[in-house]
Amino acid sequence: MIRVCADSFDPGAELSAFEKNASGAGAVVSFTGKVRDAAGSDGVKALCLEHYPGVTERSIQEIENKARERWKIDETLIIHRVGELAPGDPIVMVCVASAHRREAFEAADFLMDYLKTEAMFWKKEIRDSGEVWIEPRNADYKDAARWKDSGRHDEEE
Amino acid sequence: MARILFFGKLADAAGGRSCDFSLAPDTRTIDDLVSALSAKEAALAAVFNENAVRFIVNEMIASRDAAISDEDEIAFLPPVSGG
Repeated sequence: MIRVCADSFDPGAELSAFEKNASGAGAVVSFTGKVRDAAGSDGVKALCLEHYPGVTERSIQEIENKARERWKIDETLIIHRVGELAPGDPIVMVCVASAHRREAFEAADFLMDYLKTEAMFWKKEIRDSGEVWIEPRNADYKDAARWKDSGRHDEEE
Repeated sequence: MARILFFGKLADAAGGRSCDFSLAPDTRTIDDLVSALSAKEAALAAVFNENAVRFIVNEMIASRDAAISDEDEIAFLPPVSGG
């Protein structure tokens, strides 16, 4: 399931509902991305995320499809915030359920790498010094490129 | 009138998230539209020059040489930054 939402969400409640929904799976991996605390990152007071309704959801669906072609996945949940966020707020959550842990770990990692570099969101930091549009760092592109050369993952115990 | 959408820093440069723009007869492709908008707004020209801007016509990803018409919705996307 893919959800782009303007309101805050509760990652704990989402994970709990996801696990119930994927009760037959042997492995569940979840990742939550949060707005870093202002103290740790040069006075960021808020984040502002915008998207292209309809097109953004399809861009996420394409990312999920790529993951499903690559790993044997039972269920996925992708939640992404838009609008204004405060330090500590969850921005993104990815949950993957599969039969075995390796698929779930790798698919969640892949989904996050591609959400960072290919999903259609635009993120602005509201800092003490002004507003700055954020673009993926080279490290983010490198992370996403890791998946280009490696072949299909073999199933394992 | 074509509907033009700007996202991210392009909206700041354009002074708004959207506008209706009457395509001149010689504005046949996205590349022509980029030139027309750049001539109109220097701030937009700067972003077009410095960034890998992508294009969407009627909700489908399009290349810079894609044909456009006056009924289209044309979106300009700066580099994305989700997560």
